[in-house]
Amino acid sequence: MSDAVIKPPQGTPGAPLVTRQRTLAADVWRQFRQHRGGVLGAVVFLSIVLLVIFGPYIHGIDPQALNVRDKNQGISLTHPMGTDNLGRDMFAQVLAGGRTSLSVGITAMLLSLLVGTTIGVVAGYFRRADGLLMRLTDLFLALPLLPLLLVIIMLFRDTLRAAFGPETGIFLLIVFVIGITSWMQTARIVRGAVLSVKEQEFVVAAKSIGTRERRIVTRHILPNVLSPIMVSATLGIATAIITESALSFLGLGFPSDYPTWGRLLYDGVNFMAINPSRVIWPGLAISLTVLSINYIGDGLRDALDPRIRGR
Amino acid sequence: MAVDLATRPGASSPETHPLVRVEDLLLHFPVYKGILRRQVGAVRAVDGLTFDIRRGETLGLVGESGCGKSTTGRTLLRLYRASGGRILFEGQDIAELEGERLRRMRPRMQMIFQDPQASLNPRMTVGAIIAEPLIEHGVHKAEARRAKVRELLDAVGLNPDYVNRYPHEFSGGQRQRIGIARALALDPDFIVCDEPIAALDVSIQAQVVNLLKDLQKKLGLTYLFISHDLSMVKHIADRVAVMYLGKIVELADVRTLFSAPKHPYTKALLSAVPVPDPTVEASRRRISCSRATYPIPPIRLPAASSAPAARRRSTDVFRKSRSGGRSIPAATWPAIACKEGGL
Ligand SMILES: Nc1ncnc2c1ncn2[C@@H]1O[C@H](COP(=O)(O)OP(=O)(O)O)[C@@H](O)[C@H]1O
Ligand SMILES: [Mg+2]
Repeated sequence: MSDAVIKPPQGTPGAPLVTRQRTLAADVWRQFRQHRGGVLGAVVFLSIVLLVIFGPYIHGIDPQALNVRDKNQGISLTHPMGTDNLGRDMFAQVLAGGRTSLSVGITAMLLSLLVGTTIGVVAGYFRRADGLLMRLTDLFLALPLLPLLLVIIMLFRDTLRAAFGPETGIFLLIVFVIGITSWMQTARIVRGAVLSVKEQEFVVAAKSIGTRERRIVTRHILPNVLSPIMVSATLGIATAIITESALSFLGLGFPSDYPTWGRLLYDGVNFMAINPSRVIWPGLAISLTVLSINYIGDGLRDALDPRIRGR
Repeated sequence: MAVDLATRPGASSPETHPLVRVEDLLLHFPVYKGILRRQVGAVRAVDGLTFDIRRGETLGLVGESGCGKSTTGRTLLRLYRASGGRILFEGQDIAELEGERLRRMRPRMQMIFQDPQASLNPRMTVGAIIAEPLIEHGVHKAEARRAKVRELLDAVGLNPDYVNRYPHEFSGGQRQRIGIARALALDPDFIVCDEPIAALDVSIQAQVVNLLKDLQKKLGLTYLFISHDLSMVKHIADRVAVMYLGKIVELADVRTLFSAPKHPYTKALLSAVPVPDPTVEASRRRISCSRATYPIPPIRLPAASSAPAARRRSTDVFRKSRSGGRSIPAATWPAIACKEGGL
């Protein structure tokens, strides 16, 4: 094979020799569209988000409106998901719960990702910081989380409520609490990835060019550890939604008249025998969301890797 | 355009100063053990090297895998911090430079890596890879950068239209050309070629070596050419240094070295090179090193007693091979090394 012949890019046979500037976003988008699971995930997730945002305007029943005469009803046109033991409309509650659960999940995931990635990259790249940061990570992993959460919430709930109002206050508190107790896995995974990437020759090459450390991290290390970060992110949303549910269950999450998916699920558990739809709907909402996000993560990870991109 | 600078000062004129001078260079990798990670010893990867590289020449550095060739190259470029000794680049000691002053030296000396796949960031386009040194060293105008990148691609024999491709879309030889283009981007004087062809198909090796030779002629480059392939070194080098366990055992003009090797290790290396002539090849004698008595991992524990032990072990490195090679006591090595290494 002659060395001077350049093979055409895979997947686009006979493509003209382009000099058009390739942008990362366009490349990633083009490849993402090829990933069936990713596209399906994106469609489902977007539908859930849109439904949760605009649903309440179409399905105008107040989620808190009591109607004891219509309690524990099955599926009907007025109540597409039935009603609970106090006659509240389940569909309205699931929509309202979705708003809270999704915003908590996404915000907490972003926070935990930010903390985890920063700590992981710093620990992996700068040997001097490694020992200290990893002991810190171990410490957080070893902490009994639930008691810790309890204490934090007990200590700060009232202060935050007073400062931001009951809803925003508890939202911030929960996001913060979930964020700072779930970054450890991300940090470990990212550190491991950084350790292996930084030994690669292209990093040595960057050093020999005189690339500044900061830019070695942002241009060479970070893009090459995106896959584990993406995976952490998708798992992170799922864990955050589930942790929030657990907190709500313990009465430490949002106030009881403030539905979230987790809260609905746990409230429904006692009535599972009489009215199984009370756990099915919120459970389905959580599963669908988590699953679709996982597929999006999968597609993104592949789309972000130029070596796979050609396929 | 800088790539076709006709001649550089010193490229053609006879030079009295060497471009690079290495004095008693040491590089020890610490070895840690136990949960407390205490340092229990050191790998003496580079163990007292002294040599010059003249402006415009190619110094070959040969030796078997693991003898410290790459480490030497990387230490010269200050990718590692020398444990001792001096590295004089145009008379200036760069062994102790730090921070911004070191960064400003970097453009003068570049490296071409062994594995062209591993040395290119898979997430960057070829254009971005070659432009990186330009960005880092102050070519801020995007237009100027783009033009320079195209010139560089052209200079290494690649189609300039491929700036937007990713490294995995190229063959091994083409990737190595990309690596060469990146090394040339800052108009260096000195390039360490760390086994630049070892990972390539045999059919492509010659092309890359010839490209390196052409570029050297055109740009007045100085090379440290690291290789374990003696026939390639014979082809490209002006002088050759033979390295063994972190030390240079023989350094001589390429012709002298190949026709009249002095050191037993050099002879052993040369005896391993196949000869493209069936009759000669059939009668060729191999001097071999017996694995069992191989002198060591180059780890020396700090305990004083281990040093003589290591020396004792190394005295019978060369056993008589079955084909009848002579046995030469290794104890005489340092003497030869001194004579040849002194230059
Ligand atoms: N980063 C490192 N840490 C510890 N030991 C190393 C490191 N790099 C190389 N070595 C050791 O130093 C010696 C020389 O390695 P190297 O310079 O890569 O050899 P060569 O390039 O001649 O094959 C080897 O014994 C190797 O194991
Ligand atoms: Mg090597």
